[in-house]
Amino acid sequence: MPQISPDSIDPKVVEAMVLQGIPHCAALGVRVIEVRSSHVTLSLPYNADLVGDPVSGILHGGAVTSLIDSVAGMAVFAALFAAQQKLQAIATLDLRIDYLKPALAQKELYATAECYKLTRSIAFARGRAYHPETPDDLVANCVGTFMIGSSDKPPLPKDAKVPGVKP
Amino acid sequence: MSVDFEKLIAEARAQRNFSPFLAAVPYFRFLGLTVKPGETDGELICVLPADPKLIGNARLPALHGGVVGALLESAAIVQLIWSADADRIPKIIDLQVDYLRSARPVETFARAIITKHGRRVANVRAEAWQDDPARPVAAAHAHFLLAP
Repeated sequence: MPQISPDSIDPKVVEAMVLQGIPHCAALGVRVIEVRSSHVTLSLPYNADLVGDPVSGILHGGAVTSLIDSVAGMAVFAALFAAQQKLQAIATLDLRIDYLKPALAQKELYATAECYKLTRSIAFARGRAYHPETPDDLVANCVGTFMIGSSDKPPLPKDAKVPGVKP
Repeated sequence: MSVDFEKLIAEARAQRNFSPFLAAVPYFRFLGLTVKPGETDGELICVLPADPKLIGNARLPALHGGVVGALLESAAIVQLIWSADADRIPKIIDLQVDYLRSARPVETFARAIITKHGRRVANVRAEAWQDDPARPVAAAHAHFLLAP
């Protein structure tokens, strides 16, 4: 079960956003590991379909990009919720990722992100990807910016049933 | 395995046919990626099919930003393999993606230009679009390691 801190968004809401609101995350088998107001951790289980180099068996950078974009977005939602107690649509403006070392074959990949600055229109996030047993030996490092209120449609599907939250 | 893969890369370059190469890379199969010739000689266009599993926002709906990034990175890889005398897939060092418009869940295209091709490192720019190449949905700038 994902851990929770008192002032943070309900991990069930984050799970609903990840698994119902982001079909690509569902297709990748992404799991929610931890949700706090300041940061979120997601996991990408190893999946042979995501190998980018059949010689080495390492993950394609694109799979890492999807995990990091997702976790950075969730960190922004968590920060927005902690600040405003509501959900707003966001859109990625840019994402800069350094691929520090290849993701090892047949290992689960974690990504943790925090939203470290929230303004009226823009959210700034940073994140990192790593194998859970070696959290200091980073696979990737990332900074990204997000536009807040990019549309009038919040990120949950209309029919999502999430206790305590109106999408 | 590695000898066969080198051969697929050599064949992709010699015959300008990337299908066997793309089929040998699991992630390209997962995306459903194909490659077609561009308008200018030596330009290749990567084509990402419309597929519900690539959606990143079910409510809008819109393609996942990570998928758009993956398409741009893949366009850069394909262009590098075609242009360079490499016998393996170049390793990505860094990637910066600017998201310019919401990408709808429709067929999406990308092409890459090698800005600088050094001995060990290549600097590549890539763009992705949907209906109109003049209205890109995203643009990227990336470095790749060509030799260890």
